Amino acid sequence: MDFTATEIMTVAASRLLKDGTVCFVGIGLPSTAANLARLTHAPEVVLIYESGPIGAKPTVLPLSIGDGDLALTADTVVGTPEIFRYWLQGGRIDVGFLGAAQVDRFANINTTVIGPYDAPKVRLPGAGGAPEIASQAKEVFIVLKHNPKAFVAKLPFVTSAGYLDGGDARAKAGIPGAGPTAVITDLGILTPDPVSKELTLTGIHPGVTVEQVKAATGWDLKISPDLKTTEIPDAETLTALRDLQARTAAAHGQVGGEG
Amino acid sequence: MAKITPLRDAVASLVRDGDTVALEGFTHLIPHAAGHEIIRQGRRDLTLVRMTPDLIYDQLIGMGCAAKLIFSWGGNPGVGSLHRFRDAVEQGWPHQLAIEEHSHAGMANAYVAGASNLPFALLRGYTGSDLPKVNPNIRFVECPFTGEKLAAIPSVRPDVTVIHAQKADRRGNVLLWGILGVQKEAVLAAKRSIVTVEEVVDDLEAPPNACVLPAWALSAVCPVPGGAYPSYAQGYSERDNRFYKAWDPIARLRETFQAWMQRHVLDTDDFAGFRRVLAESMKEVA
Repeated sequence: MDFTATEIMTVAASRLLKDGTVCFVGIGLPSTAANLARLTHAPEVVLIYESGPIGAKPTVLPLSIGDGDLALTADTVVGTPEIFRYWLQGGRIDVGFLGAAQVDRFANINTTVIGPYDAPKVRLPGAGGAPEIASQAKEVFIVLKHNPKAFVAKLPFVTSAGYLDGGDARAKAGIPGAGPTAVITDLGILTPDPVSKELTLTGIHPGVTVEQVKAATGWDLKISPDLKTTEIPDAETLTALRDLQARTAAAHGQVGGEG
Repeated sequence: MAKITPLRDAVASLVRDGDTVALEGFTHLIPHAAGHEIIRQGRRDLTLVRMTPDLIYDQLIGMGCAAKLIFSWGGNPGVGSLHRFRDAVEQGWPHQLAIEEHSHAGMANAYVAGASNLPFALLRGYTGSDLPKVNPNIRFVECPFTGEKLAAIPSVRPDVTVIHAQKADRRGNVLLWGILGVQKEAVLAAKRSIVTVEEVVDDLEAPPNACVLPAWALSAVCPVPGGAYPSYAQGYSERDNRFYKAWDPIARLRETFQAWMQRHVLDTDDFAGFRRVLAESMKEVA
């Protein structure tokens, strides 16, 4: 089966989610990948959305973070303060699954502003739940499309912490979780160097060249000597993804975005 | 003690120029009808508080009601940017908008602290983020027991909180269910409160642990069926995703925005009038 760059990104992101994982899910690409995992290899994954649903099993992808389907299919629905206080801050989240507008070489995330904060070129939506998810989930996956505007050497604004300036800066700042252990894009997978914490290309999707990934990255991207090629999505998984998106399009007239 | 009253009267008596006002609802139960009534009555210099300023705040900001916005995520959920919010921040139109920006965890905790009559909220938060550099209301304190550094932000204490809920009984006790967001905390943090409801019933039929706001903790309860539109009320209506998408081109330009607000909000008497005119104009677009 042929597949698109977005499809292999989504499938690659979903594969990282193990069965039984408790996952705090961002809307958009993370929600698509997390629900695909639930519908394929990880039926017991627990999806928590910041609007309050715990154990959501939506039949279609939510368009917004608070769609009714999330509440109706959840094990329970609690208030938003409780989600952040008991469940996230309480240390009960295995994986925070986030999107981003921009990422830098140390996996810090910007979703706030392009240009100066007081005189922005582009005002983005802002932090939402991400700063605390990025710091308090046991580990973090980031999924976003790969281009030079998104992968920048230095962010204009750090909304949510990755590894800050690299090395042990994150631990020194007193941030509890391990941080972003994988950045999944439509070109490949980047993981932090164990010591410097600089994002390194460790996986590349079939048909993509290293030059292509370097050209789409706004810094001199390090390439792992052990670079692996992403396994081609199997027909069953692709069918599950396409069915999910077709159901979603029929329900909403479009596929989910940020929220 | 809640008075069951028309929305127009509740807004006239409870929302004043210069007030700090929170209209809450986390995607679900957003009090759009009340927002429109605030616009119709021409309130000015409001400090608007809301975790997720979306379409109704885009409208309030674009109509010049707001002097300041306290928030944690500003976008059109599932669609993209809020153009009136961005125009105010990027270009100062219709006038400068001061912003105080937080994370969701910070805002949720600030409402809890407000409801708990505490001066500030305490959380593990904001570490490594640049938000504390641009928001002087995010500070850090030391735990008196362990020395750990923790984030502190001022409580949110609105003059008025406005929410929408599913139903009230005839005494004004209010029941809400589904995605509850921060509505309960926002109401209890406020000096005054307005709750618009889908319907008024004889008996709430609430299980013992349901989310009920007792009449004596509220100022006004106003029957406004469909008052959350285009947001939704679980058990009563669905989110109108078509309208969220339609809002993007309406709000993109100042002129189309102003014409739309004139026709749909300023030139209508109430939310029922808005819904009638909107049905006509959506038919014209289709």
